[in-house]
Amino acid sequence: MSGHHVVPFKTNLFTFIGLVCLTILTVVTAKTMHFGAFNLAIAMLIATVKVTLVLLWFMHLKYDGNMNRAIFGASFFFLMLFFVMSAFDLYFR
Amino acid sequence: MSTVKVDRRVDHSHHFTSMDQEHEAGKQGTWLFMATELMMFGALFVGYFIYRGSFPEAYVQGGSLLSWKMGATNTLVLLLSSFTMALAVRDTMLGHNKKAIVKVAITCLCAFAFLIIKFFEYKTKVDHGLFPGLGMWDPHGVEALPNLKLFFVIYFIMTGLHGLHIVIGIGLMFWIMKRLKNDEFSPNYYTAVEGVGLYWHIVDVIWIYLFPLMYLI
Repeated sequence: MSGHHVVPFKTNLFTFIGLVCLTILTVVTAKTMHFGAFNLAIAMLIATVKVTLVLLWFMHLKYDGNMNRAIFGASFFFLMLFFVMSAFDLYFR
Repeated sequence: MSTVKVDRRVDHSHHFTSMDQEHEAGKQGTWLFMATELMMFGALFVGYFIYRGSFPEAYVQGGSLLSWKMGATNTLVLLLSSFTMALAVRDTMLGHNKKAIVKVAITCLCAFAFLIIKFFEYKTKVDHGLFPGLGMWDPHGVEALPNLKLFFVIYFIMTGLHGLHIVIGIGLMFWIMKRLKNDEFSPNYYTAVEGVGLYWHIVDVIWIYLFPLMYLI
């Protein structure tokens, strides 16, 4: 049967450990490094890596059909469009 | 006294051709709902960034008034809850309904822990006059910048909406715990558990972005 991939316990555990490590990393980088606007970019990059871990393994997108990936991908794409357009308006008005 | 009705699904609904197809359709519906969640919170995040671009100093002051330690603790609590929820879905897929109840119960406890920590955070803000609205805005003990109120409007709306999702999640978890207790799920039918799992992970995803944006930078 398709779409009934049971994710091994170890994979779930490693995903969780990875998420905890990245949380510690985001706190440490934000508290010890002072690069101004660059700090925001670092924090967003780490958050996006964390979200990718959750999506692929906890939410099974790695094993899921293309339709569900397309649904998520489309919503993410249009959200990014919204962000980019707003950023253009904000910085190049 | 009537006996407990066990409604373990063995066959698909008549408008589907197979249990697999029904399961896939249900899951796809949940993903569409997740897409609307991303759109809703996404708009709020865009609002966050537009005002951040205009009033960065208010955001710096606002962030410094929040307790990053409580925020970090709540992040770890939610990550743990996502882990146990993923394990609950796994147990259900393997047919271990009893084991799954324990995992959902732990997830539920994490959700309550999150709300309790959040309550104390909110209470501190209200006590310091940092709640915007209802005539409660009266910052004391801090030299409030002109747009600090704006930061707290955004903070309370975004974390409040997220908190509401946690409350709804707790309700959903009680629902699937009851159904797991009735042994309604099997390796062939676990759509509800999987759906609640997806919802809970999205709540986690939103918080993963909220935490650094509100508390750290």
